[in-house]
Formats: sequence, structure tokens, C-alpha cells
Amino acid sequence: MRAWMLLAAALPLAAQVSHERILNAGREPGNWLTYSGNFAGHRFSPLDQINESNVAKLRPVWTFPVNSLQKFEATPLVVDGVMYVSEPPSNVTALDTRTGRPLWRYRRNMPDDLRVCCGQVNRGVAVLGDMVYFGTLDAKMVALDAKTGAVRWETEVIDYKGGYSVTVAPLAVKDKIVIGIAGGEYGIRGFLDAYDAKTGKRAWRFWTVPGPGEPGHETWEGDSWQRGAAGTWVTGAYDPETNLIYWGTGNPGPDWNGEVRKGDNLYSDSIIALDADSGKLKWHFQFTPHDVHDWDATEVPVLVEDEVRGKKRKLVLFPNRNAFYYVLDRVSGEFLLGKAYAKQTWAKGLDDSGKPIRVPGTFPTVEGVKVWPSVAGANNWYSPSYSPKTGLLYVGVREAGSIYYFGEAEYKKGEHYEGGGFRSVPGEEQWGAVRAFKPATGEVVWEHKLFSPPYSGLLSTAGNLVFGATSEGQFYALNATTGKALYRFQTGGLIRSNPMSYLSDGKQYVAMALGNTLYVFGLE
Amino acid sequence: MVVWLALLLFQQQILDLPETERNPYTSAADVAQGKKLFGGRCAGCHGPNGDGGKGANLAVPQLANAGTDRALYRVIRYGIPETEMPGFLMSPREIWQVAAFVRGLGRIEAGPARGDAVRGAELARGKGGCLKCHAVGTEGGRMGPALSDVGAKRSPAHLRNKLLKPESELPDDFRLVQLTAKDGRKISGVRLNEDTWSIQVRDFSDKFHSFWKQDLVETKVEKRTPMPSYQGLMTGEELDNVVAYLTSLRGNR
Repeated sequence: MRAWMLLAAALPLAAQVSHERILNAGREPGNWLTYSGNFAGHRFSPLDQINESNVAKLRPVWTFPVNSLQKFEATPLVVDGVMYVSEPPSNVTALDTRTGRPLWRYRRNMPDDLRVCCGQVNRGVAVLGDMVYFGTLDAKMVALDAKTGAVRWETEVIDYKGGYSVTVAPLAVKDKIVIGIAGGEYGIRGFLDAYDAKTGKRAWRFWTVPGPGEPGHETWEGDSWQRGAAGTWVTGAYDPETNLIYWGTGNPGPDWNGEVRKGDNLYSDSIIALDADSGKLKWHFQFTPHDVHDWDATEVPVLVEDEVRGKKRKLVLFPNRNAFYYVLDRVSGEFLLGKAYAKQTWAKGLDDSGKPIRVPGTFPTVEGVKVWPSVAGANNWYSPSYSPKTGLLYVGVREAGSIYYFGEAEYKKGEHYEGGGFRSVPGEEQWGAVRAFKPATGEVVWEHKLFSPPYSGLLSTAGNLVFGATSEGQFYALNATTGKALYRFQTGGLIRSNPMSYLSDGKQYVAMALGNTLYVFGLE
Repeated sequence: MVVWLALLLFQQQILDLPETERNPYTSAADVAQGKKLFGGRCAGCHGPNGDGGKGANLAVPQLANAGTDRALYRVIRYGIPETEMPGFLMSPREIWQVAAFVRGLGRIEAGPARGDAVRGAELARGKGGCLKCHAVGTEGGRMGPALSDVGAKRSPAHLRNKLLKPESELPDDFRLVQLTAKDGRKISGVRLNEDTWSIQVRDFSDKFHSFWKQDLVETKVEKRTPMPSYQGLMTGEELDNVVAYLTSLRGNR
């Protein structure tokens, strides 16, 4: 371990972040170069200075409060001693990791007629070369100079007045910046874009709702495809060997009224595998055909190699919001395994092709119908974590139901287009858990119960730890092998974010947005 | 992508307010559709006829929080902050239709009030022992929810039912808990808060306790309440008087 620590410390300040560096992120664990820590969506840190024997002595080293009461959902990136963190609504600050002092700040004036369903949030930035990239709530994409915060280029992704916004952290792949779109509650037509990193010129766009003449178009009745939603608001993964980008797609629009969009509604609630150079669809798998419960498949795909039925395969793991755990072959998209991992009442199970066998009477009604999981799902956008050290996948699981309502759906450009609603089940005692799964089988190895459903992601580390946060404001660390709680710290905040880890001056730190403040924990 | 109703609703308040001051959807068909929507979303608390339950009685000529059509629209869409009334996701027309149904309720004549509030107040302090656990203003205990504005929040029928069958509906707060500590102490009281690793309790001698759960051998959250049933303890007339007293408690609302 010492060798790469020295290597990380010896890197020149604000060096160029090449594609090769991100590709080999595991070789420089002192940095955190991409949203999930590596292209495989692992959110794993090979650092082990903080470990099961000393984590009890962890304490906050510095904090950085944001200038907003909006939800603070960002994962910071760290490059050679500088941390880049996005703040609500669409701002970016570069911080000195040694002292927590800002080095520069980018502040953006926002229009007052933004279309955002669920808060003025931003989940983070991407870095490539000497630039920092991020999307804005008014659906622009901005490239900043990593040294100064000066705008190098800015481009419109799409007109925000149509109900579009960007909340996702972009993914830098090769010479392009891949960025998704949000707006599934506004009747948007979703897409995934890639832009030339140097110039900001759009390289490709993949529409997640196929237009006339394209395969899948027949899964939308009439002209409903024009408002079919299927946003792409959570960062995906990339495999250099297949050269495919794996990305989850959101709910079909309108959310709860499926009558106005009969059919399977491709590629909503799916994982899509796109060629990184051309944006062409290689394969897709739809988890929830004709979804009427708002169960976006906007979770982080996790790429692993593991044995399935005696054969080593390249897999993608997907603990879905619809309460089923999926294992697919990521070369071909073949369905290998699917099983419920939380309470669910909407499907009797999955058939051999992975399609759900629906329970009758679970579609929303005007009077309301009780269904598990809840509208927020058994899992959501917050990150799972895979530790190559323990070979386990860690997921924050939500155990709750909702009452789902059917309502009318009349489309007006830029206005809510939901076709119903939801509420919690009166008297239900919701709860949550961190569960550790064997990737290939979905077998639960351990569970750590949480008082209420979590809404924040997990980080596993080579220190045999899993970091996360509760819905009651506590940041915590669990033993990655047993699930035993080893550390907790009460911040009192509403937590909607993911942890990450890095080195500063050769010492390991763990950072997470807790409430409206970024906390950095260490052992000093 | 909808994640958290309260925030979601706060977000769009300015954009989503109706352009018209007066309800444009008030036909018989609109009221009928409003009744259907009300049945699914509102009746659980306000009762199928809107004359109250856990939620306020809406069958009154003047709604305290919704004097105008626009204000009523706002209450249905966004709820009332710091109360149990949540907002509801519906299309603008659907919100207006619910509003039309609710306004229709206001024309139902209120029945004659039963009970004597002054006698009810005496019973609450004396024989009933209500104020041992409940506070009215600065007077009374704190083992149960304060009653200072209970008349504004709960209907007479709901209050009467609670007096007779206190376990019919358990609140999220003031839950009865039994704790057994590792050192053998047993504590019984109401839960003030709880999370994955800790619990805070007020016991029946008004003492506050805070525990890390690792120091407890058992944490039992009861599916019952310490409130007794007044079935058989009070006459029908006495119950009417207590309900009349409680209904008169409107706090600062």
C-alpha cells in the first residue's frame, strides 16, 4: 500500500486527468476521479488507513456548509489535493483538501421558472483533462477551468422550458462527456447525450423513447411517445472491454396514468447499453414494462465478474427500485437472475426472460390502491457499493409501501404531467436496512437494520468498512464482513447523498454531504 | 422520480398557483368527480362526508384556512405547514373538482350542539383526570398530546370515539414503550424520539430518559396507549359534556 501512497503524493498539483487515469482509478486511490470512484460503479475505496480497528476514533476534520437549504446530493471529486463539489442549485466550488478552504467558486444566476420535480439538486461534476464539467437546472452544460473556475465553454442541452433539467453528475469517457436529463414528471422525451470534451459540440444523442420508424416505437400508443419521459438522471457505468456505457432510465410519463400510453413503453425503466463512440444501442433490458408506480430504473449499474451456474461471466448487477434484484450478462444483456429483495406485492415473480408476472389489481385507481414497494422504491438513485475485497454488494434497502392514485393526464408544455399521485400507508411502520448480497445469487449474507428507510448511498473500503448515513441524520460505519456498527456521528441533517474517500497529505479521509454541510472525517 | 412529497410541493408553489381567483369547475359532474377524488385521498381523515374525523370538519360555512377558492386550492395542493394536512398531487382541474365538492359540504346545516362545555371542563379537570396527562394552555400534564387546539383539529365524533376506544388509532408520537436496561432497570413511558441506535423516553413520573440501544436488552413499542377507555366510567351525558369542552378548545387558531 505504501508504494501507491507515495505515488499519489508525488503527483503534480492539478495534473491533467486523462481517460487512462480514470480507467485505472484503482491505481491512485488517493484521488476520486469519477462519480462512483471507478467506471464499474463500485463506489469502493482501496484505502485502508481507516479500518475496523480504528474507525471508532474517527472525527470531523473540516466542514463546508453550502449556501442553500435545498437538498445537498453531490458526491465530491478529488484530484491531486483539490476537491470539486457541486452545490444546489447549479454552483461549483473547488476546495483545498488540506484546509477545507475554497480555492475558487463558480456561481450561476438561475431563471426563476425552473422545472424541477424534486428539489433544486445537483449530484456532482466530472473531470477530464484540465476541465470540470457539470449540468445545470436550466439544462445547460458547463465546462470550467479546473485551476480557476473560469467558464471554458457552455452549451444548451435542451430548452428547460419544456420541463427539462440536469441534476446528474456527468461521466467523462475517452474524449467525451456523457450527460443525462431529468424531467419525468413534465412529459419530457428523454435522452442520453455525449459532448466533445474540448469544444462542447454534441457528439451523439440517444433518445430513450424511440421515434417513428425506430425499433421500440410500437410500444407507445398513438403519439404518447412524444411525452414518454424515461429520464437519465443518475450516472451510469462504462466497461472499456465492451466499450459500452450502461445507463438506467426513468419512469414513463405520465407517472401513474398508464391509460394514455398503452404498451410496454420502451426504453423507460430499463438499462440501456450504448456504444461509447457512436451512442448506438447495443442492447437493452426493461425491468418494469408499462410502469404505473413511478419506479425509475435510475440506479447505479454495478459491473462485476463472477461465476453464474459454473461459468465466469461479465455481469451487471441492478438492485431495482421495483424491489427485484437483477443480474444480467453485460456483453449480451441476457437475463440471468431476478429475485425480490424487499417486501413487494405487485408481481408474483419474474418469468424466464425476466419479465414481471403482475398481480391483478395493483394498478393505481382514483380511490387509491395499496402496493409495496413505495413510490420511492426498495432502492433509489443513491449508490450501492461493491467491495472486491469481500466480494459483496451493499445496498441501502427501503421497506415501505404507498397508496397509489390514478388521475387525469392533460399535457401542457412545461407543466406537471403525472396522472395521479401517492401517499404513505396510514399506520405503516416503515423501516430500512443495509443488506450485503452475494452478487451472482442475490443471497443476503448479513443485514443491518435501520430505524427508517434510508435515502443515502454507501461506500465500502479496503479497511473492511461500509460507510453510509441514516434518515435521522447519523453518519455511520459498519464492519463490511459482519454488518456490525462500529462508528456513528449525529449531524442532525436531512441526508440525501453518497460518501467517498481520498488521501490528503498521505492521510485517508471520508467525505459526505450531510444535511446542508459537506463533512470530512479523518483520524487526526 | 418523485422522491419527497413535501419538498416536491414546496418547489413548485409559485409556478402552480391557479390563474383564476374563482373555481372554474363547479358543475354537477365536477362535484361528482370531486367526491370520488375526495373519497380516495381525503375521506380517511375528514370522513366520507367531510364532516370530520381525525381531520377537521369541512362541512362548515367558513373554512379557517381556506377563506377563498384560491386559498382552498392552495391547501389541497400544498397542505397546511406544521399540521397533519399534507398536499396532494393532482391536476389543476382535479384540485378544483375536490374544492367544488368541499365547498358543497359547507352548505350542510350544522346539527344542534350536544353537551355543556363548562361542565365538560370540570369533568376534564376532576373525575375524568384528562389534565393529568394532557395540557390545555399552561395547565395540565405532558404524557399525552396537548389539547389546546384539539377542537380545531378533531371532529366531535372522532373525539368521542377516542374517549371510548383510545386504541382505535395510535399516533406516531406519544407511543407507549417498555424498556429493559442491561442493569435490570425497567422503564415504562412515552417515546419522545427514536433512531437506529438511540431512544428517548419520558416515564410516568415525568422523568426523562435517554438510552443507547446497546445498553438495553429490550425495547418494546406497544401497540396500545396508556389512555384509559371511558366506556362505563362516564355517563353518556358526561361524555357529551367532555366532547363539547374539547371541541371548544381552539388554541390560537
